[in-house]
Amino acid sequence: MAQITLPWTPKDPEKLRAYRAKAVKLLFGLALLQLLTAGALYTVFSIGVPARIEDWKVIVVVLGVLGPAAGFGACFLGGLAVILYRQIGAFLRLPWVAFVLFCGGVVGACLLVWAHALLFDFTKHMLEKPIGTTEVATDLLGSGLVAPLTVREIYSEIRSVIPQPLAAYLLWPLQFDLVRDLVALAGIIGFVSIVPVFGIWWERKVAGRIQSRLGPMRVGGWHGWLQSPADGLKLIFKEDFIPPEGDRILFRLAPYLTFVPAICAFIALPFAGAYVFRDLDVALLFILAMLGIEVVGVILAGWASNNKWSVYGAMREACQMVSYEIPMGMSLLIPVMTVGTLRLTAIADAQGDGFHSWLLFRNPFCFVAFFCYYVAALASCKRAPFDLPESESELVAGFHTEYSGFRWSLFFFGEYAAMFIVSGLAVILFLGGWKSPFPESWALQTGGPWYQDFVARVLNGMLLKEGPILFILKAAFLYYVQLWVRWTLPRIRIDQVLYGCVQVLLPLTMLVLLGNTFWILATKHLELGWVDTLDTIFHAALVILGYILVIGMIAIAAYGYMNRRRLVGTLAVDHLPGA
Amino acid sequence: MTPEQISDILKDTFGDRIVGGEFQSAHPRVEVRPDAWPDVATYLRDDPRLQFNMLRCISAVDMLEDDQFIAVYDLDSLNGAAGSGNLWTRRHAISIHVRVPRGNPHIPSVAHVWSAADWHEREAYDLMGIVFDGHPDSVAGPDGPHPRRILCPDDWEGHPLRKDYAFPMEYQGIPAVTEYGQTRPVH
Amino acid sequence: MTELVLESRPDINADLTADQIRLEDLQTEEMLVNMGPQHPATHGVLRVVLRTDGEMVLEAVPHIGYLHRCAEKIGENVAPYQYIPYTDRMDYLAGMNDNLAFALAAEKLAGMELSRRAQLIRVVFAELNRIASHLVSMGTYGLDMGAFTPFLYAFREREMILDLFEAACGARLTYSYITVGGVTQDLPERWIDVCSEFLDYFEPKIDEYNNLLSFNHIFVKRTANVGVITPEDALAFGLTGPVLRGSGIRWDLRKAQNDLGYDEFEFDVPIGEGLKGTLGDCWDRYYVRILEMKQSVRILRQALARLPDAPGDAYDKRGKTMKLPADEIYYELENPRGQLGFYIQGNGSTIPARVKARGPSFCNLSVLTHIGTNCLLADIAAIVGSIDVVMGEVDR
Repeated sequence: MAQITLPWTPKDPEKLRAYRAKAVKLLFGLALLQLLTAGALYTVFSIGVPARIEDWKVIVVVLGVLGPAAGFGACFLGGLAVILYRQIGAFLRLPWVAFVLFCGGVVGACLLVWAHALLFDFTKHMLEKPIGTTEVATDLLGSGLVAPLTVREIYSEIRSVIPQPLAAYLLWPLQFDLVRDLVALAGIIGFVSIVPVFGIWWERKVAGRIQSRLGPMRVGGWHGWLQSPADGLKLIFKEDFIPPEGDRILFRLAPYLTFVPAICAFIALPFAGAYVFRDLDVALLFILAMLGIEVVGVILAGWASNNKWSVYGAMREACQMVSYEIPMGMSLLIPVMTVGTLRLTAIADAQGDGFHSWLLFRNPFCFVAFFCYYVAALASCKRAPFDLPESESELVAGFHTEYSGFRWSLFFFGEYAAMFIVSGLAVILFLGGWKSPFPESWALQTGGPWYQDFVARVLNGMLLKEGPILFILKAAFLYYVQLWVRWTLPRIRIDQVLYGCVQVLLPLTMLVLLGNTFWILATKHLELGWVDTLDTIFHAALVILGYILVIGMIAIAAYGYMNRRRLVGTLAVDHLPGA
Repeated sequence: MTPEQISDILKDTFGDRIVGGEFQSAHPRVEVRPDAWPDVATYLRDDPRLQFNMLRCISAVDMLEDDQFIAVYDLDSLNGAAGSGNLWTRRHAISIHVRVPRGNPHIPSVAHVWSAADWHEREAYDLMGIVFDGHPDSVAGPDGPHPRRILCPDDWEGHPLRKDYAFPMEYQGIPAVTEYGQTRPVH
Repeated sequence: MTELVLESRPDINADLTADQIRLEDLQTEEMLVNMGPQHPATHGVLRVVLRTDGEMVLEAVPHIGYLHRCAEKIGENVAPYQYIPYTDRMDYLAGMNDNLAFALAAEKLAGMELSRRAQLIRVVFAELNRIASHLVSMGTYGLDMGAFTPFLYAFREREMILDLFEAACGARLTYSYITVGGVTQDLPERWIDVCSEFLDYFEPKIDEYNNLLSFNHIFVKRTANVGVITPEDALAFGLTGPVLRGSGIRWDLRKAQNDLGYDEFEFDVPIGEGLKGTLGDCWDRYYVRILEMKQSVRILRQALARLPDAPGDAYDKRGKTMKLPADEIYYELENPRGQLGFYIQGNGSTIPARVKARGPSFCNLSVLTHIGTNCLLADIAAIVGSIDVVMGEVDR
């Protein structure tokens, strides 16, 4: 009988060292090459000479100097990382290092966004005031499109601060809206990629804690913080399987139809007053429409897989999402009615005066509507207990049974992005958006010396006034509740899901909608004294209820933290007999 | 009720169709002729004195030296009322032996008497080759209908628990290798 | 301002009269779906062929045999004490009970009496393994219902029981600890104290499972009134164990036959009472297991209290040289999943002429076709999980 013997090859330390040396040589060589290129181009085109500033040199600067310079940095750091990999690993393994790095990353990302917004403001500012030169505006490649500012004008403006023409070259493209949009789009895609990567890691940690275990602990040193990127790497290298009997085109198309709408929804989702890609008048409708498109991708995936379980998953998804979008939309109508606009930024601005002004506490109907919305949102995100389309114990994996590798991960990117979007919508519409829970008067004064100004701005942005961090934190809390629910409750059956929608949520949201209509009519238009009193009483009662809820949650969390060794969620090893 | 009494009741009703019995054994039993077995089974279940309401097991035994198969039916009579809260007790238990010749092993099915017999009879056919006539889940075979196989694949040849069973050296083109690597099993 | 006119969609059936719509065009098709052998809810390699109409299951036919190893044929070639490890592999979640059932059957056939100490140790391990087995059953049932967390809680506690087993016999899954002639070795030092400590820890956890899963509203809605087995059906299909008791029949071999001295111990036999729905539904079967764990703790406490003073050796060497008389026996024992029966026919030598195992899961599974009709797809998972089959025992 024929035999195949696979030779056993042990890891040879010499060989590995040789590989590393090769990589270091390559990386440092590349870095040197790029540094030389950048330097040479800088000198040859005399970029640094203010007298010889020309607009066409922008292309040279961006492609020939900036690119190689960035490449130099990447290659140099890469080489350093290969040399110092042991030291880096040991450093990351130190207590709190990875956590501090993570927090620093968040703050750094915010600062980056902030800095880039400042730069844009700076160029905008230049555009607004006439700059006293006689130079002709640049004609872009003879296309008739005209850039209002020339490099020389920018240079003359910034000369007093940065006497280096290179900066002027780099600022030049920022005067176009297109560049701004591209940068913002890159930011959105970056955020959409980070949400699932962080979200999956977080979910695994939360699930672990709920289930009396630790969750990922190895990859990256500190609590497995690199687990998700490692999984992503694995997914990319997995076999890209397409069922031979399936519909190949639709099978390939389906993941994008679920992923792209999720990104599109971020276009209209404001993170803070200025942090929005397009402040649409119909932002809410747009986001709902985008979330609704996702179902098409899921149905296509189920159909194209040529797998009966996938078809079941797709069927369930279709009937579940389509039916739950009705109560979801109806409960979203209530804040819209109360504020009187579909523009999300305006709705959030109406809740600017702290905890009491949140729409959640505006009247009893808003209060109920929030919970209706949250349940419906859970269902339309197919999160537990409504995760029937992919219910593991019934349908194997539902609509993505046949998917693997990168296509499969796209479904997950879409799902986690949608989770964040529905949480964000709830935050904007009911929980004050990016506004602080404290009254406006608590915000610190900005201006003054730079150190005071900086501290005041940071405190305002993170706690006291408004800012994207507040928004992300609130959305993260609602996201966390989704995880919490998922790892606690069993799954509902399909008939109960539809019963809950058609017989419970739909009539309830209808009632709430009607009640809210009358409430608004009575409080805003009838001008009856006792109605206003009633409104005030209910508002006060709801706010007190809100306080009780918040304090209760904090108390439970604190109790859990203090007794973390005694709770169910502690580790099995602590309970072992004799331990 | 002791096994002897049960045997006496059966003999009074069925006469010589009850072949014999063995009561001193660790496994007291009554032997029934194959053709009488469904009637006896119905009687065992329905007679108010006997009330064997539970079929526990059917064990098929190959008696190669006697050139016979035995189907051993283990019956239990449980006494109690459902939902009453009282503990159920065992009224009595008995074992029924049905002997058939190895050359033509046919026993009438009792799956209509105890639903539990359905799978046990399928197993006995599958592993020992006793054909239970009138089984509700029968398929056609070269020698008439027989119960559907249950543990082995539907196209399996032979009945593995027979003493003279030869281990097949190939199944569906897959060559078989025994534990010690021989191409033929050694007995 | 331009006026916006929304034109309604033309009715595509406008020119179609009622009698032109044919019934055939509106019909749906039935679909055959293979659930298993590789399916998360089939607990191993059970394959159920479902005839479905949309989400409705019209018929569920189990196909078994994917794990068939002809364990009975092996039994005809080895002595009883050598066959003990094969019984481990039958119900691999309750290996101790399987060992015990076969050992008792062989001892009874050979007429061997054991010391009081061996008997008590056997009771302790059988009950501990019953708890471990019910924990897996409860946990995986939660998993079938989509609740992941109870599964890990159950495994946390099961892990401790396995540690206790490991301390006693060195194995964690296939123990072969209880063997013909007693148990392979006596208990290690302090084992009884550690076991009592575990019981003190474990008993309150049962209420925790109840709070988390048993009385969870969604869980009750998923399992109550689903897969109802009437007491008559349960008897006719020869169901045993928690499945039988879930149908309200208070029948337990530990009470009915006194082989291990169970009559010394005070314990109740819990039955399903239709607390949340109909008598004999999935929830009843599930809840019987939870209650049985409590009763096992009770038995364990009493047995552990008597163990230090129990006289005799834990192992009787005659077990290895035992000759089986030319007689036969059919012996059943109350296992976690029901009555595990062994038919052994001896021929005067040490090796039996015929060994037949009656797996409780095998008989319990045969009711699936009967109760798995006209239910929803998700109910099949609920029913299979509530019957609690172990395929190693079904296929043997």
